[in-house]
Amino acid sequence: MWLACSHTGTASSFHTSPVSCLLECVLQDLLHCDYRATVDLQTTRMASTFSRVLTGRRTAMLLASLGTGALATGYLMSDINYAGAIERRKLYPPSADFPDLRKHNNCMATNLTPAIYSRLRDKVTPNNWTLDQCIQTGVDNPGHPFIKTVGMVAGDEESYEIFADIFDPVIKERHNGYDPRSMKHHTDLDSSKITHGQFDERYVLSSRVRTGRSIRGLSLPPACSRAERREVEHVAVQALAGLKGDLAGRYYRLGEMTDLEQQRLIDEHFLFDKPVSPLLTSSGMARDWPDARGIWHNFDKTFLIWINEEDHTRVISMEKGGNMKRVFERFCRGLKEVEKLIHERGWEFMWNEHLGYILTCPSNLGTGLRAGVHVKIPNLSKDPRLSKILDNLRLQKRGTGGVDTAAVGDTFDISNLDRIGRSEVELVQLVIDGVNYLIECEKRLEKGQDIKVPPPISQFRK
Amino acid sequence: MPFGNTHNQLKMNYSAAQEYPDLSKHNNHMAKVLTEELYAQLREKATPSGFTLDDVIQTGIDNPGHPFIMTVGCVAGDEETYEVFKELLDPVIEDRHGGYKPSDKHKTDLNPDHLKGGDDLDPDYVLSSRVRTGRSIRGFCLPPHCSRGERRAVEDLAVEGLGSLDGDLKGKYYALKNMTDEEQQQLIDDHFLFDKPVSPLLLASGMARDWPDARGIWHNDNKTFLVWVNEEDHLRVISMQKGGNMKEVFNRFCTGLTKIESLFKDKGHEFMWNEHLGYVLTCPSNLGTGLRAGVHVKLPCVSKHEKFGEILKRLRLQKRGTGGVDTAAVGGVFDISNADRLGFSEVDLVQMVVDGVKLLVEMEKRLEKGQSIDDLMPAQK
Repeated sequence: MWLACSHTGTASSFHTSPVSCLLECVLQDLLHCDYRATVDLQTTRMASTFSRVLTGRRTAMLLASLGTGALATGYLMSDINYAGAIERRKLYPPSADFPDLRKHNNCMATNLTPAIYSRLRDKVTPNNWTLDQCIQTGVDNPGHPFIKTVGMVAGDEESYEIFADIFDPVIKERHNGYDPRSMKHHTDLDSSKITHGQFDERYVLSSRVRTGRSIRGLSLPPACSRAERREVEHVAVQALAGLKGDLAGRYYRLGEMTDLEQQRLIDEHFLFDKPVSPLLTSSGMARDWPDARGIWHNFDKTFLIWINEEDHTRVISMEKGGNMKRVFERFCRGLKEVEKLIHERGWEFMWNEHLGYILTCPSNLGTGLRAGVHVKIPNLSKDPRLSKILDNLRLQKRGTGGVDTAAVGDTFDISNLDRIGRSEVELVQLVIDGVNYLIECEKRLEKGQDIKVPPPISQFRK
Repeated sequence: MPFGNTHNQLKMNYSAAQEYPDLSKHNNHMAKVLTEELYAQLREKATPSGFTLDDVIQTGIDNPGHPFIMTVGCVAGDEETYEVFKELLDPVIEDRHGGYKPSDKHKTDLNPDHLKGGDDLDPDYVLSSRVRTGRSIRGFCLPPHCSRGERRAVEDLAVEGLGSLDGDLKGKYYALKNMTDEEQQQLIDDHFLFDKPVSPLLLASGMARDWPDARGIWHNDNKTFLVWVNEEDHLRVISMQKGGNMKEVFNRFCTGLTKIESLFKDKGHEFMWNEHLGYVLTCPSNLGTGLRAGVHVKLPCVSKHEKFGEILKRLRLQKRGTGGVDTAAVGGVFDISNADRLGFSEVDLVQMVVDGVKLLVEMEKRLEKGQSIDDLMPAQK
C-alpha cells in the first residue's frame, strides 16, 4: 500500500503497514541520533538497551516512544486526539511550570535549575515517563527533619539516561562524589572472599543483608501499570518456586493471606504494609495496593523477598546471632540462583557498568546493599567520639526500628553508609571490620581502657 | 498528570483482563459500576487533555471503602471527562444522586428573593449558618490533572477577579505559601484555614500535588464571605455567619457568586456549566449546585429520638458532627444540611434546609417539655 509518511515526508510503497513504516523511521532515528523531538539518545550508553528493546517483546513500545509531540502518530492512535495536550503544552512553557523549590531541601531541589527543567520537561522515556513524574515526590516533600532526602525517583531504566542532566548531579551529591559519567561500579557477589565474618554474640544480636533487584523491560513501581506489576510478581514468584534445599520456600500474597498467616509474618518482623510515608506515596508506588504485592520466604525463615514494594524485589538474608559470613553467603547464593532462574525464561536484572543495579530510588544504585547488625554497645554509645568513629569507618547508626527510628536501650543498628563505588564484598567486609572494631572499643571501655578513633577509610575503591 | 498521558497506550499491549483492577473487596460507586467489559470499552479513551480511565478511577481503586459513607470512587480531570467517560459516570451519577437520569435537566436558581423565610431561625438553638459551593473555570484542567502552570493561572484569575469586589464583599487574598505566622494563626482561629488534605480519598486522586503552590484563601473584611483557591476544586465559595439568619447568608452567597461570575466574564472566562449537569466540579458528588447549606443546631432531645434518622431522610437532610464530614456530634450540637446536590436548584435546597431546621427546632422544644412530636412527623419530600 502507498503510505505518505508525514515523519520523513516521503511516500513508500514497500511497507506493508503503517506500523512497519513508522518502525523504519524510528530505527533511522535511533541510528542517526539527530531526531530530538522526544527522545535524546546517547548511543554509547543506550545502544545496548535499545537493541534489547528492538528484539524485545513489544514493537508497540516504539510507537509510544514517539510521544505526544509527534503528530505523525495521530492517525494511528484510534480514539485519541492529543491535539489538546499539544496546544496546552505550548500555552504553558517550562518557565510557567517550574516548581517553587525555594523552601526545599532535597538533592533534586538543590540541583534542578530552570535551564535543566526547560530542556527536559517535554521529553519522555520509551515507557512515556516524564521528568515531572520523576520529581513529583521531591516537589511534594520539601525536606525531611533528619536526613537530606533524594527527592526524585526513576519510572524505568531509561529514566536515568533520558533525564541524566538531573539524575547525574543528584547521584553525585547523594553518593558523596560518585560521578556516573566517568566512574564505573564493580559488582562482586563472591562471598568466599569474606574474612572474620563471625561476631562476638555477646554483643551482636542479629545480622542482616538486604538489596533490591529490578526486572529489565518492566516499568518501576512509580510508573508501572497493574498488568506490568502483576507480570513482575509472576516472573519473580515463578523463579522463586525453583529454589531448592535451604532456599526452598513459599509465597504469601498480601491481599490474600489469612489472619493467622498475617499475624505470624508480623511476629517474625517479615510483613511489610502499605507505605504511609509521603515520600513514598507521592511517587505513585503505592497505587492499587495491595494488588500484586507479596512476601516470599524460605522455610528456614532466613531468606526473604518482598515483591512490588518500593522496588520490583527486595532481597533480604538474615539470622539471629553474629554469623555475618553465613548470612552473606546465603545472600549471594540466593541472588545468583534467582538470576539463573529468571534467565532461563528470558528475563534479566536491570544493571549497567556505571550505575550497577538499577533501582527506583537513586540512593539505592550500585549495590543497593545495606549490611547491618543489631549490636549492644552501652558504653560506646555514651562516648562522644562514637559519631566520628562511625564516620571514619563509613558506617551509619539507626534505631532498631529501622530508618528514622531512635535507638532503644543501648542496641543500635549499624550498617554501611555507601551503596555505590564499592562492591558487595567490599561493603560487607567493611561492615564486618567496622563492627569488630566497635566491639573492641566496647570491651576496652568496659575494662576502663581508652579507645582510639580509627583513621578514615577511603570511600571509593582505588 | 499534566500534558497528556500517552503512557496509556502502553497498557494496550496488555489485555483488558490483565489490566482490570481487583475490585472484589471494594464498596464505592465506581466499583459497583465498573465491570471488566466496561473497563475494556473505555480504557483506550482519553480526554483531549489526556485524562484517562485509570486516572478517573485511581482514587476508587486505592480506597476500597469508607466506614461511614459510600464514597464515589472517581474524579474528573477536566470538563470533558464527564462526556468521554459517560458510560461510567452516568450510572455513578444516577446512583449517587437519587436516580438522576442522563436525560434529566438541572435547574440553576441563584435568586435569593425566591427564598421564603429563613431569617427567623431561633438563635437559641441555631448557632451558625453557612452555605458553600464550588466553581470551576472553563478551559482549565481540574485539580487532579492540572500542571503547575495551569494551577497558577487559575490562582491569578481568581485573585484578579476577587480583587475587584467592593462594598461588604471587599477583601484580601492570603496565599498559603506566603502567609506570615500571625496571618496563619488568625485564619486558624477564624476557622478559615484549610490545610493540605490528609484523607487518602483526596490524595490518591492527585489533587494535592505541589502543595502549597498556587493555593490560598480569600475572605472579605467582615469575615462572612470566603473563597478557597485550588483545594479540591478551582474555587470553593463559602458564605457564613453566627446565628440563624440563613436568608442573609444566602443573599450574600448569591450576590457574591453572581458578581464573581460577571467579573470572570469581563475577562473572557466563564464557569464550567451545562444544562444536564449544572456546575461541573471535580467530584461527581458535587455536580449540579455543588451546594451544601447547613446550620450548627442544638438538638439533644430530637437526636436521641428513635425516629431521628427517618425524620432527616424525609426532610432530605443529612447530619454531621460539627467538625465537618466524618466527625461525630459533640454535646448534642449537629451540623444539619441538605443531602442533595443535583436535580434541585439552589433555592430549592436552601428552602429545604430552612423549612426542615425550623421543624426540627419545634420538635426539640416539644420534646424538652415532654410532649409528643407524632403530629409533626413530615411526609417524604
